[in-house]
Amino acid sequence: MEFINAIILLLNYTIIPALTYGSQLALGAIFVTLVYGILRFANFATGDMMSFGTMIAVLLTFYFQSLGISFGFLPTALLTIPFAIIGMIFYMLFIDKFVFSYYRIKKSPPVQLAMVSVGVMFVTQAIIRIIIGPFDRRFFDGEKFILKATEFKEMTGLNEGLTIKSTQAITILVTIVLVSIMFWFLNRTKTGTSMRAYSDNEDLALLSGIDPKRVVLITWIIAGVLATIGGVLYGLDKSYRPFVYFNNMLPIFAAAIVGGIGNPFGAFLGGYVIAFAEILVTYAYKKFFTYILPDFLEPDSLIQLLSTDYKFAVSFSILVIVLLFRPSGIFKGKTL
Amino acid sequence: MAFFEGSKMTAGYGDGPNIINSCTIKVDRGEIVAILGPNGAGKSTAMKTLLGLLNLKSGKVLIDGNDITNLSPQDRVKKGISFVPQSRNVFAELTVKENLEIGAFLRSDNIEKILNEIYDLFPILSEKQSQIVGELSGGQRQQVALGRALMIKPSVLMLDEPTAGVSPIVMDELFEHIIKVKKTNVAIIMVEQNAKQALSVSDRGYVLVTGENKFEGSGKDLLNDPEVRRSFLGA
Repeated sequence: MEFINAIILLLNYTIIPALTYGSQLALGAIFVTLVYGILRFANFATGDMMSFGTMIAVLLTFYFQSLGISFGFLPTALLTIPFAIIGMIFYMLFIDKFVFSYYRIKKSPPVQLAMVSVGVMFVTQAIIRIIIGPFDRRFFDGEKFILKATEFKEMTGLNEGLTIKSTQAITILVTIVLVSIMFWFLNRTKTGTSMRAYSDNEDLALLSGIDPKRVVLITWIIAGVLATIGGVLYGLDKSYRPFVYFNNMLPIFAAAIVGGIGNPFGAFLGGYVIAFAEILVTYAYKKFFTYILPDFLEPDSLIQLLSTDYKFAVSFSILVIVLLFRPSGIFKGKTL
Repeated sequence: MAFFEGSKMTAGYGDGPNIINSCTIKVDRGEIVAILGPNGAGKSTAMKTLLGLLNLKSGKVLIDGNDITNLSPQDRVKKGISFVPQSRNVFAELTVKENLEIGAFLRSDNIEKILNEIYDLFPILSEKQSQIVGELSGGQRQQVALGRALMIKPSVLMLDEPTAGVSPIVMDELFEHIIKVKKTNVAIIMVEQNAKQALSVSDRGYVLVTGENKFEGSGKDLLNDPEVRRSFLGA
């Protein structure tokens, strides 16, 4: 019994939250890797682009709520995602046309494009602050829990409760579906293959008749879908605060690099590596050890390796370690 | 009137000096033409100009009587002109089959038939079709590169040093493959460093010196021409 309680405890406080957080990071990391692989620069505006897409979804959610539209027991925000994606894609294509394309046609070095993306990041941040402000906003509605701790305790008679928030289930489900569709598209369709070819050898792709404009367009469309859905899922699960999205860029980049930058499947797994590392290192294991150890060994302290305030230090350390020892990423596999 | 011809081409990079001067290269279907010459003679430049990677200052490029001087390389591909660059001529991270599929990117019809034709021509590709090209040997990669270029069923195939960096045995094998391609009624132009071997498989050859046609004639004639032998063949 003690042992099962300990497992449930871990499941409830580390594994399920890490799977959720990992899915959110994975979507961002695939976005980073895709832009890096095809457009050939590290996009520092990633976090704020995700924030921008989420902002559209938040505003639309408030509008839908004022009209009395709801999505039953599911959050209204899910209804707004398609519209937010369209808005996001338009914003990205607008930025691409007036900013990135100039440097792409000039064949600027990737560092220059990365610096340009820092500029885009500041501008996007400013736009978001003008439109919605810097404050914390909750836009979740609908049924909050799929499984409540008290229900679980009654069902099983255990001391520890297991809660599954609907946002957690939605995040994991949506991520699996979205990522499956994306990998199917990249690996099984003609357009997807042409994008991988363009990423692999641009000159030869041009000689084979692949239209670079179309590849860039589709890249931004996929990027818009990933950024918006990733951002909205994160916002639903926690809350929407623009600055937090900017901060999330560190774990997202760490995930992309851990997975081998340019490798979408690596980025997907990298998201979970970073999320599990962050959560397992910052979790306080006192209660866990109380369950599994005999009474006289019970710990006095929290048994927490690192305070949660330092969770970014975890992703940063992983980033440094990977760059030192496995700079091409820890997962083997095709880059995009 | 040859099937594919660049006549009196003059071109250079940017505003720099002209690399090729009034250079003329002609090829008919079912014929292999080799472009030879010392380093810096403008062999690759002539080929790039035929492909449209370089703008002409004067002269014309014609295919089947149509003037394509002002078309971009992509549009020339649509006209049936295929090119195998000297380096980075495969998609190293894609599988053999995906490489071939990308070669047929502009074709909207069913590519199964042509895919099988390529597999007949290069049996090793059929065997390794789901392998990543980056893991293949140099000779096999060159076959993938040739196969990719043939997927659009080109009427003109241009090869930039197809045997650069492969062993003599593989080189002979590659030339055999190129002759097989020729027999499918394709016009082939190749730039080669291995002049003797290239001439022995070519129907005709051009020797360029400082961007101008210096000698031309059948492969045999050039091989036997004492002046050509002395200056370029080293014997």
